[in-house]
Amino acid sequence: MKGELSVKNLARHFKLRQRGTLFARTKILKAVDGLTFNVAPGEMLGIVGESGSGKSTTARLLLGHIPSTSGEVTFGGEKIGAVPNLAWRRMRRRMQMIYQDPLGALDPRITVARQIEEPLVVHFPELTPDARKARVRAVMGDVGLSFHHGERFPHELSGGQRQRVIIARALVMEPELLVCDEPVSALDVSVQAQVLNVFQDIRERNSFTGVFISHDLKVVRQIADKVAVMYLGRIVEIGRPDEVLHQPLHPYSRALVSAVPRKGRPARERIILSGDPPNPVDVPSGCPFHTRCPEVRPVCRALRPELISDAGRTVACHLINDPSFAGVPVTKGEAA
Amino acid sequence: MAIEQDGLSTSTEGSVFTEKGKLQTFLQAWPPLVILALAWLALMIFIAIFAPLLTPYDFMAVDVLARLKPPAFFGGAFNHILGTDQLGRDVLSRTLTSIRVSITVAICATMISTAIGVMLGFLAAYFRGWVDQVILTIVDAQLAMPFMIIAIAVLAFLGNSLTIFVMLLGLYGWEQVTRIARGLAISANTQGYAAAAREIGASPWRIYLRHILPNISATIVVAMTLNIPGVILLESSLSFLGIGLQPPQTSLGNMVGYGRDYIQSAPWIMLMPSAIIVITTLSVSIMGDWLRDRIDPTLK
Repeated sequence: MKGELSVKNLARHFKLRQRGTLFARTKILKAVDGLTFNVAPGEMLGIVGESGSGKSTTARLLLGHIPSTSGEVTFGGEKIGAVPNLAWRRMRRRMQMIYQDPLGALDPRITVARQIEEPLVVHFPELTPDARKARVRAVMGDVGLSFHHGERFPHELSGGQRQRVIIARALVMEPELLVCDEPVSALDVSVQAQVLNVFQDIRERNSFTGVFISHDLKVVRQIADKVAVMYLGRIVEIGRPDEVLHQPLHPYSRALVSAVPRKGRPARERIILSGDPPNPVDVPSGCPFHTRCPEVRPVCRALRPELISDAGRTVACHLINDPSFAGVPVTKGEAA
Repeated sequence: MAIEQDGLSTSTEGSVFTEKGKLQTFLQAWPPLVILALAWLALMIFIAIFAPLLTPYDFMAVDVLARLKPPAFFGGAFNHILGTDQLGRDVLSRTLTSIRVSITVAICATMISTAIGVMLGFLAAYFRGWVDQVILTIVDAQLAMPFMIIAIAVLAFLGNSLTIFVMLLGLYGWEQVTRIARGLAISANTQGYAAAAREIGASPWRIYLRHILPNISATIVVAMTLNIPGVILLESSLSFLGIGLQPPQTSLGNMVGYGRDYIQSAPWIMLMPSAIIVITTLSVSIMGDWLRDRIDPTLK
């Protein structure tokens, strides 16, 4: 019943109109540019990356909330489109999303119990009201909400409780695919831990296929079975969390990991990236990371590295994929 | 420096907050003008419901022997407190019946126009594209043409009956509601809750009726209250022109229209309904303004 999530060459480009000139020119922003990965049934993929790297666009593409420019997403062999017709709506029964901003995703005029119940009303009209209520009560217990919270309106709950309402609404359908877009980044650390525990409890009971997006590496390490690092709409490294987050190979992953403070051990040597991430409208030629990479070689400016699997690791970097480049001296200069 | 001095002068009371009297707080929430307006509207609705029980005479009962009797205290007797008209009909009874007719027509017509407006506004917001353009063009066409002229044309062609009259007045003001509903629905659509409902798999019917409509209803209700005085005035104008409700049926405008022939000899026939039109429309407008301020959280 559970399916594999498979993504092939997924891309989403936004057209931007430049203002100010007499003739408006359109430029293309490549928010997501050629993603290919698989998530096995019951597996949880974590996606990390800095702001603007295309994480949230990826989440919405995976569920077909926005149409893709090219490429395709299939779940359990079924193609996920983005045309909101009846078939698309039926498919929502199997896949749900958890939002980053819980207050925005809740209707301010409806009590939270009725909002948790709503997916059941939509997809299982044959259930009796009592059966629905029982299921809502059960799922609210699972996420740690008391039943009396259900009679409240979203603005009467705290941030953590609202996020749990969102999680309960997604889980009440027992989805096979759950995409979480920074579900805990708006919460303070104690509530983050509670919500993550709720996630893991429910995963143990009812193993769904998941995609978990976060910019917090520690959260991802705790919850994911596989981690993808994104930079400017592309995956630069993907693999098991203990490899990607402990012995990262790609210079960008190394910089990300070195920025996480560790307790009890001497601080790692920080790799400070110079400069901001490039404007995604003008992605640099060659490797998109070469403008900030401390290990940049001449080939990086000319040739875009592909995501290549070798010896169990999957990285998009010339230095790793072809060790002969490592002998060439680092060319600093117009970088930064 | 000025701030510190201000602080010193107010600190004599021991608090930075000045305590307001209970009366002052009450008057701020319920301004006297609003209370008067609400009381008047409550009275009008009471009369509209119970008019047949309140009228001392049948509003159509003609008493030729008692024509053009002035009101009590102006030389008239107490059996006709507000006097009688040119056919000897009791002005009080006629006024009460007219209030019933006019208020009912105004409320029914406003409900029709709100329903039309919300439906078209939602259609425009849902389909966008050419449907949106067509609806907006019709709205602009309606705005460009005085409604009075359309009303006169329709009544001249179709003749007159209470049903046609209410339906016609139900076309008054729909374009305002359409614009409001369209704009609010479009902006609600970009908000998280509508997107979340869609992504749960809810049908467009469910999104628009269960989520967007309740969230924009406050503004729609205010728009409705502001439409009511317009309908009352329009009904009065059409009846005054003689193409509204036809005698022996009566309405406020109808009374004013037929009373104007006697404005010099028997002014009470038209003064009473005129005063009621003015006070009622004013009260509804005051209530609408007050409601808008109360419902809109950004104005608090």
